Amino acid sequence: MSTTELQQSELPSAAASARSPVREVLHSLSRSGSFLTGFTIVLFWVVCALFGEYFTPYDPLADDIINALMPPSAANWFGTDQLGRDVFSRVIVGSRDILTVAPLATLLATVAGTTLGLFTGYFRGLVDDIISRILEAFMAIPVVIVALLAIVALGTSKSTVIIVIGLSFSPIIARTVRAAVLSERELDYVAAAQLRRESALHTMFVEILPNVIPPILVETTVRLGYAIFAVATLSFMGFGIQPPSPDWGLSIASNYGMIGGGFWWTVLFDALAIASLVIGVNLVADGVQGALND
Amino acid sequence: MTDTSANALELHNLSVAYRVGGRNRAVLRDLSLTIHPGEAYGLVGESGCGKSTVALSVVRYLPRNGFITAGGISLAGQNVMKLDNEALRRMRAENVSMVYQDPGKALNPSIRIGRQLTEIFELRGISGQRAIDQTTAMLNRVRISDPVRVMQRYPHQLSGGMQQRVGIAMALANDPTMLILDEPTTGLDATVEAEVLDLIAKLRQELSASILFISHNLAVVSRMCDRVGVLYAGMLVEEGRTEDVFNNPRHPYTVALLRCLPRGGQRKDQIRLDTIPGFLPAPGARISGCAFADRCALADSRCHSELPPLHDLGGRLSRCHYHEKAQSLPRTTPGSITTSAVATSPEPVLRIAGLNKTYSSHGHALRAVNDVSLDLMPGQTLGLVGESGSGKTTLARLLLGLVSADAGGEIRLEGKPLASKLESRTAEQVKAMQIVFQNPDSALNRSHSIRHIMGRALRTLAGLKGSAQQKRLIDLVRSVRLTERHLSVKPRQLSGGLKQRVAIARAFAGDPRIVVCDEPTSALDVSVQAAILNLLADLQTKERVSYIFISHDLAVVRYLADQIAVLYLGRIMELGPSERVFSGPHHPYTEALLSAVPKLDETENVRVRLDGEIPSAINPPTGCVFHTRCPRKIGAVCEEQEPPLIDAEHGHKIRCHIPFEELARLQNKTDHIKEITA
Repeated sequence: MSTTELQQSELPSAAASARSPVREVLHSLSRSGSFLTGFTIVLFWVVCALFGEYFTPYDPLADDIINALMPPSAANWFGTDQLGRDVFSRVIVGSRDILTVAPLATLLATVAGTTLGLFTGYFRGLVDDIISRILEAFMAIPVVIVALLAIVALGTSKSTVIIVIGLSFSPIIARTVRAAVLSERELDYVAAAQLRRESALHTMFVEILPNVIPPILVETTVRLGYAIFAVATLSFMGFGIQPPSPDWGLSIASNYGMIGGGFWWTVLFDALAIASLVIGVNLVADGVQGALND
Repeated sequence: MTDTSANALELHNLSVAYRVGGRNRAVLRDLSLTIHPGEAYGLVGESGCGKSTVALSVVRYLPRNGFITAGGISLAGQNVMKLDNEALRRMRAENVSMVYQDPGKALNPSIRIGRQLTEIFELRGISGQRAIDQTTAMLNRVRISDPVRVMQRYPHQLSGGMQQRVGIAMALANDPTMLILDEPTTGLDATVEAEVLDLIAKLRQELSASILFISHNLAVVSRMCDRVGVLYAGMLVEEGRTEDVFNNPRHPYTVALLRCLPRGGQRKDQIRLDTIPGFLPAPGARISGCAFADRCALADSRCHSELPPLHDLGGRLSRCHYHEKAQSLPRTTPGSITTSAVATSPEPVLRIAGLNKTYSSHGHALRAVNDVSLDLMPGQTLGLVGESGSGKTTLARLLLGLVSADAGGEIRLEGKPLASKLESRTAEQVKAMQIVFQNPDSALNRSHSIRHIMGRALRTLAGLKGSAQQKRLIDLVRSVRLTERHLSVKPRQLSGGLKQRVAIARAFAGDPRIVVCDEPTSALDVSVQAAILNLLADLQTKERVSYIFISHDLAVVRYLADQIAVLYLGRIMELGPSERVFSGPHHPYTEALLSAVPKLDETENVRVRLDGEIPSAINPPTGCVFHTRCPRKIGAVCEEQEPPLIDAEHGHKIRCHIPFEELARLQNKTDHIKEITA
């Protein structure tokens, strides 16, 4: 080129030294009190779920009828239940089922919800109208009713619980993703993709999806808290996780009849465990939201 | 408290830093300036040079991470640095006012205009009917003809120009001694900008306020200000009377900045615009010596090591060791170019006939593009000009197929009819027409690397894969004067100008026949704009591509365009070869557009002003759609009959009832008329 002028070869120095967005988010997470607190709580329960059996004082499943319903003592810190099982040991490993079922359900909800949200937000019009109305109708049915129907149809199992919760939560995630996609769709890079005759799938999943990850991440962590709550509720009602699992919701269900007799310790510690895990996940969600909105 | 004999504003060796990432980054360095009572002082410079920081420092409104590290500010003799919160509040309420760039954001969207204004009077202890009366008077003062109705509106119900008038009214409500205008007309159309500038100029005569006028637009500052300071990297590099600085600059930066602007009817086939190589130093960068030395062709070792003092050149200042030879700064581009005569084939590459586009808005038909017919020749540029809402962008999107036209019109690409829907066009046809968008941040996917963005375009548009793609990628990157080093980064790591180069490279990936450029330089600084315009001109010479160039900046259009179409309410009002459209006789609307633009070259230009706003396209005026604002309306015929687009001479077409010869006579006569208002 004969009439060139300059070689603008350097990057502007200010921009070159800027941190990548991922590192910036990690940096801001590492300074967020609520994230660190929540993360510590969740990490504690994950370690318990993975390695709890190696450090519980007793076998969480071992009956000891003679020592049934003993109040908390030096030997049994949280007391024993009606079969004489050590409550402390059961609480420690009781996170195992809930920490596999709830995240898997949330993952299913995220994948299904994101796909639905991308389609409705991208195509708009009739596709959006039809899918959105169906999703709204679905959202109007309580999870418990859906669960009852599903269990009748599929039989009670962990995978039923995952499918029920996953599908019940997906419309909520779909709604969040749809809103984000609607505003992304107005940006010129989408028009540029159309002018390259990119397929709709490419535009949705390669062009738009990476830019709507932050709201998806926030919604997913929030949903995880709700999913833990929902799994505990369902196992309390006898769906999904089955005895003799030391699951918290299940333990509360089999012991709560005895609170009237003064045997509070059989229920209290499981309830506190559920509460702490939900609070921990919500603190993480709070921190993630803060870091991504900075 | 305030001393009326004191200077309106004095900055003494002011240094301001922002704390980012645990480090203090200096944005203003040792800045001293004085604004005398009643004076209008302009502060110019490119984005990132610290203009707005000056304004924020004066009213002590710096963001939380910004603080004054040294120096002092005194406003009407009062030391702003020593004020406690209460005194500061009183100073902001009584002595100093600010008008912001975006009036839509400066007004509270959920409070009626009237309430927002009376509030200011109530703060000063005036209440009830008296506050309302004063508000009405204030709106009258900013030339709002129907204040009672405007007071009942919410901000979003007003046009941008009207919002800015309200913003000015608010700023004047406390009768300030110091008025700070931070890019007050940057977001406005040229015709509206002209109105607002007229208003400020008239208010200056009525008020005693001193003005600090901050703008990146040199021509606007030259129109409005008595004295001007040029800011570079937070330092004052030149200061003096406006006409001295702009006509006889004494700092290489000012010299270079003025040369970047297309002026005096420069055209792409005569000259390349001068540019400023390199970048503004980053905020907080350590600068030893002259801040501009790295980009200055006159710089020697002394410039790099020794900070030049502000030399006093008798009433003006220059921070250059070699201020006496600043104007001998060599050009960075060849002053003249030789282009082989363009052998235009007679067949247009694009032919549009009777194109219409109607949107429906709440049950009303909105005709955004109305019966547009034009031809685009190969290797030529068609400039589309008009206010916002005139249908420029809709027309461009129709051609690209991003929106589909009403049935009946016809688009022909190289002689073959083009479907109005993108999906119905062949791959070849889609490839042939590409676009460079206005805002590269929106046009480039922020999640993808430059390599991915360009690679994908080469794959889909040019069908290249593997090593062939890599080879072409490098060629393409070089052709827009980027380097391979830029490929691995994401768009956010590039400056605005570099991002726009990536967008241009992407548009050229599939060897298009036509590239639509939708205000490609309006978000860029002038030095970067010059480089982009040069690049577009070079690419056109090399690739024989045609441009459809949309811009509100007439000087930019004039530089690049061979043909010009002036649009108003979706209709072509004037169409013709660029030079004829600019030299006249013009359609009255074109005439108004041309005279609205502040120019650096003319000291006193004849002004034709448009009253009111562009009417709604839902309910366009009868007859000639321009008659409601036309300063040359001749009578009932304008209201009743829509004039045809008449070919006046050599393809120069004008849609007006006034005969061509009469227009020529009228527009020559205006030399004697100071001002015409409708």
